[in-house]
Amino acid sequence: MSDAIQVHPEYNYKVIRQFAVMTVIWGIIGMSLGVLIAAQLYWPALNFDTPWLTFSRLRPLHTNAVIFAFGGCALFATSYYVVQRTSQVRLFSDKLASFTFWGWQAVIVLAVITLPLGLTSSKEYAELEWPIDILIALVWSAYVVNFFGTMVIRKVSHIYVANWFFGAFMLTVLVLHVGNSMAIPVSMTKSYSIYAGAVDAMMQWWYGHNAVGFFLTAGFLGMMYYFVPKQAGRPVYSYRLSVVHFWALISLYIWAGPHHLHYTALPDWTQSLGMAMSIILFVPSWGGMINGIMTLSGAWHKLRTDPILRFLVVSLSFYGMSTFEGPMMAIKTVNALSHYTDWTIGHVHSGALGWVAMVSIGSIYHLIPVLFNRERMYSIYLINVHFWLATIGVVLYIVAMWMSGVLQGLMWRAINADGTLTYSFVESLQASKPFYLVRFIGGCFVVVGMLIMAYNCYRTIKGDTQETVDNKALQAA
Amino acid sequence: MSSFWSIWISVITLGSILGCFLLLRWCLSNKTGVKEGDDMHHEFDGILEINNQLPRWWTILFYICIVWALLYLLLYPGLGNFKGLWNWQSSNQGILSLAESRAAVEKNKADGVISQYDREVDQANELFQPIFDGYYARPITELAKDAEALKVGQRLFSQNCSQCHGSDARGQRGFPNLTDNDWLYGGTPEKITETLINGRNAIMPAWFDSMGADGIEEVVNYVLGLSGRKVDESLAAKGKDRFVACAACHGPDGKGNQAFGAPNLTDDIWLYGNSHEKVTETLTYGRNGVMPAFKNTLGEKKIHLVAAYVYSLSQDK
Repeated sequence: MSDAIQVHPEYNYKVIRQFAVMTVIWGIIGMSLGVLIAAQLYWPALNFDTPWLTFSRLRPLHTNAVIFAFGGCALFATSYYVVQRTSQVRLFSDKLASFTFWGWQAVIVLAVITLPLGLTSSKEYAELEWPIDILIALVWSAYVVNFFGTMVIRKVSHIYVANWFFGAFMLTVLVLHVGNSMAIPVSMTKSYSIYAGAVDAMMQWWYGHNAVGFFLTAGFLGMMYYFVPKQAGRPVYSYRLSVVHFWALISLYIWAGPHHLHYTALPDWTQSLGMAMSIILFVPSWGGMINGIMTLSGAWHKLRTDPILRFLVVSLSFYGMSTFEGPMMAIKTVNALSHYTDWTIGHVHSGALGWVAMVSIGSIYHLIPVLFNRERMYSIYLINVHFWLATIGVVLYIVAMWMSGVLQGLMWRAINADGTLTYSFVESLQASKPFYLVRFIGGCFVVVGMLIMAYNCYRTIKGDTQETVDNKALQAA
Repeated sequence: MSSFWSIWISVITLGSILGCFLLLRWCLSNKTGVKEGDDMHHEFDGILEINNQLPRWWTILFYICIVWALLYLLLYPGLGNFKGLWNWQSSNQGILSLAESRAAVEKNKADGVISQYDREVDQANELFQPIFDGYYARPITELAKDAEALKVGQRLFSQNCSQCHGSDARGQRGFPNLTDNDWLYGGTPEKITETLINGRNAIMPAWFDSMGADGIEEVVNYVLGLSGRKVDESLAAKGKDRFVACAACHGPDGKGNQAFGAPNLTDDIWLYGNSHEKVTETLTYGRNGVMPAFKNTLGEKKIHLVAAYVYSLSQDK
């Protein structure tokens, strides 16, 4: 912890503080929305017959809030922090940094207003209408300029691996966002995609899967490559592994979109390519997990006392699990069972809650004391409580969705001796109902954990420290 | 696809896979200038990187996946216009009509193309067609008493019809109850079959332009009075004069006409709601009830069983 309390007046910490705090706030809001819509699936009356409280409008708000508000703020905070620390130089431009913060918050607030109003382009994870899309493109361009500008003026000869990932993430997201959101406006609040039919679907999933691949994977791998070795106090396991898995990952991910459109009107050759590339992608994905986990060799004992490290390591385990599951689900034969079922929901949450949220939470716990010049978080004990709540919540969530998903898939394809389907849709819905309750409970665990995190961060920023046996033990060690 | 795009796709695909392979080979040999196991001599904010060899099992996994992908692209369509050695396709993509679809199925058989969807349909037909042929040979009135036939009909109903008519077939607003022996287009086995095969398009015109709000209010009073509801007698009397226009379809006595699907207005069964407001809405804006045609989706033989099930619902058991 000795270098954590050093003051670095040459770095711009203000924008990082802003993004770090907003990460926690948007995390609570986005995940609470998720719990609400999970509850609505179990108790449909909870939409109170109010249009803007219905599942159909809150679901896109939930996804936008957790991916772009929570995940986005975490990425802004950590990338700005890592690029400064590993380049030994202040951000290229404070003004651009400030613009990205306020611009990004404006985007999120506009999403919070327009999505419940039912204003949507109807493209998944890209629902926001064209004026907001333009604002996103502007803010993101400023982010790219600021990040790469900082690397250009860096004071170390090499570029650290975390920055490769951050750089790939933000450049690709710019291309994806602009490419997929091309539309012809008919009014301030309505536009039509310039693509049609199967081409539109392919553009959407080229974007959609790379929102996962670059926003939620490459960006967070950047985060992992700084905070795991830093928190563990160990060197990165293999430089050469990071070279192979970086280039292979970013060149293969971009192909994987068609596996979302198996057995549709998309031409067969496109489906095959998407599937073949998704399979190879499995290996470089695991390269990142191996490099992260092996970085801990020689420091495993720290897991006993350091819940922040626990967050980081468990996030890597979930990352490994969901990047095995993803290529498997991209195989047509498996996809024929899993597609359109809750299995997909379970898969995306093992990635989003298990990997993205946990690595972000771990990184934010590492960052908050540094940014606010505190010795450590207010309560290590509460971080540990948060860790267990998050882990139990995620496991409940994904196990429930696996069971529900496989059950749905099997029920939908079951046929009688006469060739008619054994079950009607509503029967499969009935079968899933208990699992929806378990999912809701899992979500509650996660949100309670986030509330504890908010309290812990608040007390830390205020300057309090809790004297507990745990903390003393940690300091002694 | 033109051969330019076909080559474009193949070159980029194979180039990417080859690129991954060469990258892996390149990194397997130590070209860093640093001894294996040493750190890379660059430090970032206190973080060092070790020059460790790639894990062997991971390298092997990489090779396996590359070989597997190449094999897949050799056997299945993927590289542009190349159809793959197995001559496989998921379905007849790009067809625009039923006729084109049928022609494509025949052509695939002649050319030896493995068309997965066609095959599955053929297999299903071979297995299940005899069952439906057997039922089709028997009259609906008889099937309506056959528990096994009704089970099949009910399952087809719950998958294809329950979305609108409800899983208990009691309907909902705008979608008729099929259990009450009140029929819009007739409840004989023949009529039910006809409805299922060709669908129905009901048109209740909007009367606001010709009658005005006052005129509609009078007709509403008259119509509600037909099924014994308490109404304003003087308005209803005026409405009776206006009802001449409605009688063309609903008949002079308001008992409806199954030839047009015009409902009986005297039996207190209301497709779009029985409240004063709802009946006013029906008259003001009109209604367009649509029953889809199932000829092409279910086929006549399955429709035969659905008809038997629907018919059985309103028969006294």
